[in-house]
Amino acid sequence: MNDAAERKLALSHLWVAFIAFIVACFMGEYQVLERSGLIPALDSPTVYFASVSTHGVLMGFVLTTFFIMGFGYYTASTSLKVPVWNNKLAWVGFWISLLGTLLAAIPLLTGNASVLYTFYLPMQAHVAFYLGATLLIVGSWIWCGIMWVMFKQWKQVHPKQPVPLAMFATTANALLWLWASAGVALEVLFQAIPLALGWIDTVDPGLARTLFAWTLHPIVYFWLIPAYIAFYVFVPKQAGGYLYSDEAARGAFIVLAVFALPIGFHHLYMDPEQAKGWKLLHGIGTLVVSIPTLVTGFTVIASLEIAGRLRGGKGLFGWIGSLPWSNPMVLAVILSLLMLILGGFGGVINASYAMNAMIHNTAWVPGHFHLIFAGTTVIMYFAIAYYLWPMLVQKPLFSNSLALIQLWTWFIGMGILTTPWHVLGLLGQPRRISSVVYNTLLTLAWKPYELAMIFGGLILLGSACLFIYNLAKTQLNPVSGVFTQRVEYAEAIHPVKELPEYLNDFTLWNRVIAVLMLISFGVPILQFFFMNTFGSPGWGY
Amino acid sequence: MQIETIIQKYHILTGQCVDFVRDFYEQLRSVHVEQLERKWITITLLVIGLLVVIIVGDAFFHGVNPPSKVETIDSAKLHLSKEFAESNLGVQLDDKGEIMVRMVAGRYSFFPKHIAVPAETKITFRWVSMDVLHGVHIPMTNMSTMIVPGYVAEITTSFPKPGEYPVLCNEYCGLGHNHMWSNISVIAKEDWTFPATVPAEGIKP
Ligand code: HEM
Ligand SMILES: [Cu+2]
Ligand SMILES: [Cu+2]
Repeated sequence: MNDAAERKLALSHLWVAFIAFIVACFMGEYQVLERSGLIPALDSPTVYFASVSTHGVLMGFVLTTFFIMGFGYYTASTSLKVPVWNNKLAWVGFWISLLGTLLAAIPLLTGNASVLYTFYLPMQAHVAFYLGATLLIVGSWIWCGIMWVMFKQWKQVHPKQPVPLAMFATTANALLWLWASAGVALEVLFQAIPLALGWIDTVDPGLARTLFAWTLHPIVYFWLIPAYIAFYVFVPKQAGGYLYSDEAARGAFIVLAVFALPIGFHHLYMDPEQAKGWKLLHGIGTLVVSIPTLVTGFTVIASLEIAGRLRGGKGLFGWIGSLPWSNPMVLAVILSLLMLILGGFGGVINASYAMNAMIHNTAWVPGHFHLIFAGTTVIMYFAIAYYLWPMLVQKPLFSNSLALIQLWTWFIGMGILTTPWHVLGLLGQPRRISSVVYNTLLTLAWKPYELAMIFGGLILLGSACLFIYNLAKTQLNPVSGVFTQRVEYAEAIHPVKELPEYLNDFTLWNRVIAVLMLISFGVPILQFFFMNTFGSPGWGY
Repeated sequence: MQIETIIQKYHILTGQCVDFVRDFYEQLRSVHVEQLERKWITITLLVIGLLVVIIVGDAFFHGVNPPSKVETIDSAKLHLSKEFAESNLGVQLDDKGEIMVRMVAGRYSFFPKHIAVPAETKITFRWVSMDVLHGVHIPMTNMSTMIVPGYVAEITTSFPKPGEYPVLCNEYCGLGHNHMWSNISVIAKEDWTFPATVPAEGIKP
């Protein structure tokens, strides 16, 4: 199959993602410098918050969405062995999302949308910011639709056959995202945009926060699922072994997609507008959704062990040494799991609300999500890029050893950045502050940690530059010749021949999601229309 | 007649549900799961189950719950409200002799700017915002809540250790967010007398 069209589509998406990423990394380093107060001339809340807003949007929305779309198109076409359905429409989605990104960038960079990536109402940004964000999401809905159609079409042609795992998981993510994005879409369309345009005078900030929480939890699984896909479908093969269990993988993706959705209130534990019973319900759901992650950790480690033993590793831990550490995918998965384990402990603390009160909205929180998101998740984005790039540009990777150095430095830099960040949180430093002016002795203890963060950020920035350099060099290399390598999906030890429909389709799960969402968000949203609430007018910042 | 058809329909419906569940279960059983994997999944379920039991038990029997009053208020008219009028802010004793602290958050401070409360005593805080979203945290303590305009955030706690504590805003509320803070003195229980409140400096517009 000539997949030139698919390669171009995927490459374009991935480049947008990585350009957003590298720009935002420079901003990240500026931010740690500014907030430390090391260079007094840098001090400016106006620039700082324009930068944090842009950094957050670029990393949280642009890098992720474009990466997921590009990776999804390529996964769909290579795992199903068909061209992308309706290539033209896919490009329309790409341009809508890109247009939205550029539209939002104007107010962000000019300081007219310094409302941070969470844009909590009643603080108000320029309307172009909301319109841009909406277009970015609309473009991603087109991607969801295309994934859905390709999934269904393949099933029609291959009745009763198990859908390839990579595609099954990608479709799960598309379904998850359609449901997840509905919350923020409602907030933007019915509250933020009408308020910014002056069509309405007030909004209910409680309702806005509830709708945002609907999106805020599942969105992190939307970001994370590509990493899990790589864990299951690339890692075992790259490590020289087999996938431990195909069925467990499917089960994990289903539970992730279903239970990531009805649990967003753990972001509202400290909020006055929702009652404790609902918080408890969502808190329980939050614990449930950690099950697929524990299963994933087990399956991935088991797959690695199989590979290590096939390669001659002996003894209880001997197999670890005999893994191919010089394969970027394998190295990345090991580092990713290490960060997941550390971050997982932090996550349990966030999820338990008695402990959460101590760290809520402190520096602990950005420390935690940089570790899990910029660490665990993004390091797998790197590994996927290193793996796919040669096939996308039909040339060998420019330098494997640079790739290994890059992954190690990302891991080390992340450790140096996020450890002090967590400590700062425990020492009471609030998140999202541009400098420290509190007149209390407490702040003396903060200084050394802020300085350490600058150093960590510097290593990360260097690592990010190496990443982009390697990809660009690979693509621009004059090397020509026939390039024949193809994407190889891992095989399971016991390949699945047939599956119950529940593990091979989403119709049932879609209904389950609908019911769970109705239970967990129905009354909490409706209450705002039955209570005697008071709206807030819009405010600048 | 009517009722009979309804009952019949109901029977059919339950029958279908039972069939569905049975069918689902059978299909699940047919899925191949390794011995070791089964063990791991069981352990996982047990651990998660234990955690669920703990938080549910804490919530129901120990009253460990986050601040969740769901009480609305008009943030634009605080000065006209009786409860959050300037003269009524700060530390008060309610009719049962318990300590009640009323505070207003507004860009960029908490009002009153300084209060004094006794240590080791149950204190109920009621926080409201007069503009945008804020958060308040007294570092090293669990006095933490979001302050959402339009709602009263109520939280009950006690401070074990006397000392001077800062009160910090921990949700981005504008370019001056890092300037938003005030002070609280926690005084040894025996030294505290009501009213120990330093007179409120008044709410700046
Ligand atoms: C060069 C490496 C990086 C550095 C030094 C860095 C640093 C920072 C800093 C200082 C903040 C502001 C936090 C605050 O004010 O409380 C921030 C925010 C943020 N960062 Fe990074 N970051 C880096 C990379 C990343 C990556 C790779 C991601 C994700 C893919 C990411 C995602 C975010 C997000 C979503 C926010 C917004 C948080 C908020 O609004 O509270 N960052 N980062
Ligand atoms: Cu969440
Ligand atoms: Cu603030």
